[in-house]
Amino acid sequence: MKKLLTLTMILVAAPCAFGAATAAQQAASGAQKPHAAQAASAAPQMPRFRFENFTTANGLPDNHVYSVLVDGDRIWAGTENGLAVYENKAWKTYTTKDGLAHRAVLSLALDKRTGDVWAGTMAGLSRISGGRIDTYTQLNSGLSNDVVYGVSVEEENVWVATAAGGCKLNLRTGQWMLYNERNTPMTEIWVYGVSATPTKVYYAVWGSGLLEYDQKTGRWDKYDDPDGENEMVLFKDQGLIHEIVTSVSYVDNIVWVATYFGDSRYDGRYWHNFLTKDSGLPSNFTNVVKGLDSKRAWFGTDKGLAYYDGVNWAVYTPSLKDGKPEMTVRDAQGKVTPVAVTTAPAHNYILGIDFQGSDIWVATAKGLSHGIRQP
Amino acid sequence: MILRSQIGARTALVTALTLLSAAFAGVGLWTGRTAQADSRDSATDALDYASPLEVLFSPDDTRFYVLCQQSEEIRVLDAASYAVIKNIPVGRVPRGFSLSPDGTRLFVTNTWDDTLSVIDTGSLAVVATWPVGAEPSGVVEDRSGKRLYVANRISSDIAVLDAQTGVEEKRLLGGRGTSYLTLSPDGAKIYATHIYPNASKQPTDGGNRSVPESEITVIDVARAVVQDRIPLHAVAGVFHAAFSADGRLGAVAEYHPKNLVPLAHLEHGGAFAYTLTLFGADVGKPVELPLDELERYASQPFGVAIAPDKSRIYVTCGGSEMVKVVDIHRLMQFIRTHPRPQSGSFAQDLSASGNYVVASIAVGHNPRGLALSNDGSKLIVANRLEDTLSVIDTRTNRVASTIPMAGPKKISVLRHGEQTFYTARQSFQGQIGCASCHIDATFDGLTWDLEPDGFGRDIVDNKMLEGIKDIGPYKWNGGNPDIPTECGPRTEKYFWRSEQYDNLTLADLAIFIRNIPTRPNRWKLPGYELTPAQERGKALFDRAVDKFGKPIAEYNRCSYCHSGRAGTNRKLFDVGTRKATDNSGMLKSAPLTEIAQTAPYLHDGSARTLEEIWTVFNPEDKHGRTNDLTKDELNDLIEYLRTR
Repeated sequence: MKKLLTLTMILVAAPCAFGAATAAQQAASGAQKPHAAQAASAAPQMPRFRFENFTTANGLPDNHVYSVLVDGDRIWAGTENGLAVYENKAWKTYTTKDGLAHRAVLSLALDKRTGDVWAGTMAGLSRISGGRIDTYTQLNSGLSNDVVYGVSVEEENVWVATAAGGCKLNLRTGQWMLYNERNTPMTEIWVYGVSATPTKVYYAVWGSGLLEYDQKTGRWDKYDDPDGENEMVLFKDQGLIHEIVTSVSYVDNIVWVATYFGDSRYDGRYWHNFLTKDSGLPSNFTNVVKGLDSKRAWFGTDKGLAYYDGVNWAVYTPSLKDGKPEMTVRDAQGKVTPVAVTTAPAHNYILGIDFQGSDIWVATAKGLSHGIRQP
Repeated sequence: MILRSQIGARTALVTALTLLSAAFAGVGLWTGRTAQADSRDSATDALDYASPLEVLFSPDDTRFYVLCQQSEEIRVLDAASYAVIKNIPVGRVPRGFSLSPDGTRLFVTNTWDDTLSVIDTGSLAVVATWPVGAEPSGVVEDRSGKRLYVANRISSDIAVLDAQTGVEEKRLLGGRGTSYLTLSPDGAKIYATHIYPNASKQPTDGGNRSVPESEITVIDVARAVVQDRIPLHAVAGVFHAAFSADGRLGAVAEYHPKNLVPLAHLEHGGAFAYTLTLFGADVGKPVELPLDELERYASQPFGVAIAPDKSRIYVTCGGSEMVKVVDIHRLMQFIRTHPRPQSGSFAQDLSASGNYVVASIAVGHNPRGLALSNDGSKLIVANRLEDTLSVIDTRTNRVASTIPMAGPKKISVLRHGEQTFYTARQSFQGQIGCASCHIDATFDGLTWDLEPDGFGRDIVDNKMLEGIKDIGPYKWNGGNPDIPTECGPRTEKYFWRSEQYDNLTLADLAIFIRNIPTRPNRWKLPGYELTPAQERGKALFDRAVDKFGKPIAEYNRCSYCHSGRAGTNRKLFDVGTRKATDNSGMLKSAPLTEIAQTAPYLHDGSARTLEEIWTVFNPEDKHGRTNDLTKDELNDLIEYLRTR
């Protein structure tokens, strides 16, 4: 039986890994050889996009968009006023009348095997399956808390980040497992994000660093800021950049971590930290990070959308001064070059990111943006 | 349904029960009714019935396969001579089967050991037995032979398996109690139905009065994902579906309960409508049509078949012991010419069926599965509780022959009790049998307004029947001291609104109900060991001191009220759940048998989940001391309860 399960896991995991690699290659086409590109011109060639923005003016139920999820040709947007899905160039909105747990949808995850979408809201966790919505709350289920900041699906498990710890729903047995200060090294239980894979699960804990769960051994590990809560970096790359972790993304055995005071990359041995003073990050205040692969990642900050290709940075945002579209590129030497663009994400305050082939979708405080990759 | 494997060990018990029933009945009250058991001899109870449940024709019409639930085998019969070619033993309590598209493999689901038997139709031997999900029921292979779909009743999902290896790829969310699967004629979609209504999304003001909602789950075969869900409003209990050969017309058999009006108002049509929902291109938006006639209800519709020439729909009615024949041309004319209600349902119109039901063919006890020969000339019906197959000539709509399943001729006490349980003959206009609400001798997931004490008063949750012997008194208020009282005067007068059972029939019914076997509990580990969470939960269940060190009063401990084998001490308590519409707050402690499966909870079904019993409906700790528990601990307690 164990062999069967193992085989099943391998069979399921393999295409997932392949899919991730393909998406990564697509998303970075044209930027696959940053060093070569850098040599050929003054500024590195970084991906360029034409942003199409969606607001209430063209069908979105609310301009406050907390989360975005790409599901093939469908785009799901978690807004402050319902869960919207964009399909065949039209928006449809699910509300509490349809069974959604709450109007404010903070997080989204796709079960790639079944096509089911999981939505974390301010009042519970909803599963959208074939148009049917089932909702789990702290009152009607084992969910630890109704405020669901993050959700991630791994095989038959749904991992959830809530305001009162993490939890896991096993879809086969219906059993809930709660993770909190009583059974993990978590010292605070305000869990902002989760990234789950068949091997490792990471929880982003607001005020309690990064929590790692090894699926094979069942052991927990905890990564903290070595300088505690001093909010000063004594030694660069000494460890996690800050305890107030807001988002985590585990891709190709690399952990990308976002905090309100800078970001980190961890390869299992070494940490590499990113701050505005020594990277291309437009702000240390980062809401979300999404890794493309082991080298590349996207960051959603309060001052724009940032892309890191392993060496260089690009930032996409409406100008904080006059709102005009801006794109800047920062090379390895720290030289910042503006790039002429005519479009930008709907707002500089970025809350969610997902990829659609070589395109990018961005949830912002004033609308949803579709970044259409330009040649 | 009694299992072959249980019969031998139970003989002594049955003997005692039989004597008990005889004593109860007052020996000498035998009325000689033909439906009664042939003998009062306990030896007759150890009879190895076949109990044919489903039937299939081979692709070339030369043989047919019969799934025999009680003898736990597949019988292969010659379609011309009806001679038995072979009996193939399968797993425990088989429920569903289907042929691979090329007819070379027969897949059989075994509900009690959670396996799938793969039979090679050439050698007529089981060539593989694959572990599958909890209580596998329907099974279908896709046209390409790549994937196999299995409906799991307990986990309410559809497992997607590699059709060659049996390795499970994933599970798709179905309706509650997912049980039957039908492949569309073009092979592009699978339609899944379920026997219990989906959980209510929004409780009503009273928290316990909601119209049931069911669905047909539509699976996109190419992607193996749920593509759509066809809503079935006010429907609870959905069984087989069938398609016309052109794929433009689908029909599904279902129950339309009227559970929010007093059940006793049978004279007002107040229990069920038994209906077909039609869907597909021919009808556009789904439309629900009754099979019932004014004086003759079509109780417990189950199997559906559509003639190859799309002229007729055939529906078995397990409680009415007949096959209804629907003329499709007249049916479509009715739909076209009658203004369709906004709900899409004609269920309340008892005059409707006169327009399209053209024949009612009497068959044997509890007809279930049916199969049409490929040329449509012959319809085989499995009479589960008569151990026969009815062969219907579709040109004349008459039973041309009856094939015995080579089992015992005698009707045992248990068999007679089971027949009584399923039949609707006893009730006013043949509306209901016990099995109308206790589907497959379980429950129905509904709350009912049972008695004529005013609309909306004393709403009660329907309860599971497994493992209920010796836990009287019965009813939520403990008003009936024993099963014969529960099933006798109460049922006859209030529910059936008709003549009473003769005493021996009532005794046999009670014996059957006492002996309904309890299914294996899927939350228990092998060897009945407990997981760490279950262990922690058991400690909470058994505790006598709360987390603050204060003693918990005996009446407020889980283990006191829910003690014993079935989890009830059979006493009445006020657990603080009385509603303004309840006549009393004193309730019998509920048994815990298979409690994980029997949502909703509390006497009126107001708790939609186990968690809600304590998170919503126990604010004053009257239903056990639980408000000192953390969420983790409550989860542990529930993990333990699921093992009961």
